[in-house]
Amino acid sequence: MDRRKFLALAGAATAAPLVSKTAQATEITEDNPEFFGVLVDTTRCIGCRQCEVACAEANDLPVPDIKNDNALDAERTTATDQWTVVNRYETDEGEIFAKKQCMHCGQPACAAACLTNAMEKTETGPVTWDGGKCMGCRYCMLSCPFNIPKFEYESINPKIQKCIMCSERLEEGGMPACVEACPADALMFGKKQELMQIARVRIYSHPDTYVRHIYGEHEVGGTSWLYLSSVPFEQLGFRTDLGTLTYPDYTREFLYAVPLVFLLGPPLLYGLHHLAGRDGDENTEGGHS
Amino acid sequence: MSTANSVAPRQSVWQFILSELKPKGPIFTPFNIISVPTILAGLVIVVWRFAFGLGSVTNLTQDYPWGIWIGFDVMTGVAFAGGAYIITFTVYIMRAGKYKSLVRATVLNGFLSYLFYAGALFLDLGRPWHIINPIIGNSFGYNSILFLVSWHFMLYMMAEALEFSPVVAEWLGLERAKKILHKLTLGTVIFGVVLSTLHQSGLGALYLFCKPKLHPLWYTEFLPVLFLVSSVFAGLSMIIFEGTLSHRVFKTQIDPKKHHTFDDIVFGLSKGAAVAMYVYLFIKFVIFIHGQHWHFITTGWGWLYILEVGGLVLLPCALYTHGYRQRRIGMVRLAAILTLLGIMFNRLNISVIAFNWQLPTRYYPSIGEIVVTLMVIFTEIWVFRWVVYRMPVLRETTEGNRK
Ligand code: SF4
Ligand code: SF4
Repeated sequence: MDRRKFLALAGAATAAPLVSKTAQATEITEDNPEFFGVLVDTTRCIGCRQCEVACAEANDLPVPDIKNDNALDAERTTATDQWTVVNRYETDEGEIFAKKQCMHCGQPACAAACLTNAMEKTETGPVTWDGGKCMGCRYCMLSCPFNIPKFEYESINPKIQKCIMCSERLEEGGMPACVEACPADALMFGKKQELMQIARVRIYSHPDTYVRHIYGEHEVGGTSWLYLSSVPFEQLGFRTDLGTLTYPDYTREFLYAVPLVFLLGPPLLYGLHHLAGRDGDENTEGGHS
Repeated sequence: MSTANSVAPRQSVWQFILSELKPKGPIFTPFNIISVPTILAGLVIVVWRFAFGLGSVTNLTQDYPWGIWIGFDVMTGVAFAGGAYIITFTVYIMRAGKYKSLVRATVLNGFLSYLFYAGALFLDLGRPWHIINPIIGNSFGYNSILFLVSWHFMLYMMAEALEFSPVVAEWLGLERAKKILHKLTLGTVIFGVVLSTLHQSGLGALYLFCKPKLHPLWYTEFLPVLFLVSSVFAGLSMIIFEGTLSHRVFKTQIDPKKHHTFDDIVFGLSKGAAVAMYVYLFIKFVIFIHGQHWHFITTGWGWLYILEVGGLVLLPCALYTHGYRQRRIGMVRLAAILTLLGIMFNRLNISVIAFNWQLPTRYYPSIGEIVVTLMVIFTEIWVFRWVVYRMPVLRETTEGNRK
């Protein structure tokens, strides 16, 4: 990054939270397929759980009673009726809060796993689920490295439940409900590319505050949601051993081999059949009798 | 006098089938006394499952979306059914006529295993009414391994049905149909072998996505290869095991002269199994050294691993080797049983036991899951027995149908 751009960005980064929750919006075009995401700055999160409330309201889920439920006392995972949770972690730097939800991976495991294309990475960024396609095999749950998709075991018409990054609001030009609700500017909505730059600038300009790691930049090949932190991410309940390979890469070779086997297998077997049969065992001629 | 050939002119095929539906053989055998109540209980649970959801009968959780209905029924069942592609390959491609007598029973067993074990998958689907989606193609997840595997299951079931169809035609006395179906055999065998190699390995490939969840002693990028190679000795061991049982249970169906040659055949199979196991162990060894997992060996997981690879692969491999050299049939049978246990253990380790090894929560199958699994196994045996008593599976022709 050259110096001028850096300064411009540094300015934007410090000013941005004051001006708006959106990193300068650029239109998505075919030349610019970059998707939207959210930058979570855990150093700013105050653990108020307004995002949980907003999420529930926006998606017709039961609204948590944030005043009385003492939910911060234990580490929670997302659930079928709660797509995002805020957890409190005791760290080297004291108490830190981290919001968890689907990471909206760039090349998601869930979508690569799904045999009906019910899980899909949309062009704008959200990873969505289509109940008209899903057959409930739950391979997406098995595959997701963040254990995000949740299944309604108690229902006879069970759905897969997870954060869909308010894809409908995005289509209408809005931003996710949680981002809008955050009173502490801990969440910022924008194109991933721009969020990355803003995140870097924050790290460069406050090297004492942040660890030099943007979670989601490279994890599983990069995710739409990005995190900044003042402590190593393991302390916030993140897995740092997921590697940088995208999920489709794990099976790419195998899938390449399939057409090859189909192409070369039959002639090979047929040839073997003829080689083996030279001294003629009539009983095993099969189709040649 | 041959039942099938003589009835055809006088009775219609359907009347014949109806008459064949009646039970043959004693009714109050220990097997029936255990299996019938289990099957009935299983059916109740299945109805319950569709009325109240998966959670009402299974112990599945958000962390364990797949339990023994996948880990045992599908993963293990399909490996056990691998015998069909190995034997058809040996007999029709390599033309080893010695094993011809095994083909019908093995193909039947394979077909029924797929029908029932892979069919159990249906029970596990949360939204089974959408199973049609990946089939009719309104949404193809081309890049999904599960898409590949389920398509292969379907096609392979058809291939096996075709391979077995001449037997059915013979039973029904349809000579012309039998000849035509027989002509298709080589083609379906080739197709079936190709499909099998791909979906046996595909089942392993399913777990390539589980790197963060599966214990490093079991996770390797070579999972597809391991699944494929182990399906070879799983299938061969199943043939030995099932053949040994069949020779006791269906004594009347088998020409007494064949009892001797069967031992010979078993030794041949043992050798095949042992070779496949050497290959498997070699790959395991290389993976282990390469993965540098020494430090795990002293943990509880290490003990499980040693039990699986040492006790249930290496040991039966040695027994097989020694057994066929010394022609010790008992040793070989023991090896077959240990091998089958080893396969079961391996598939369960990957799908359930060493899965989510870092999480404090564990999954244990519910009574309902176990009963349904037993139901699936018993029903398969029932149908197998029904067919064997009626069609020329073990005996040569319909001639000498039970008097
Ligand atoms: S976090 Fe999980 S559910 Fe969300 S996009 Fe990634 S793989 Fe899919
Ligand atoms: S449960 Fe549904 S969304 Fe998930 S992989 Fe299966 S079909 Fe796809």
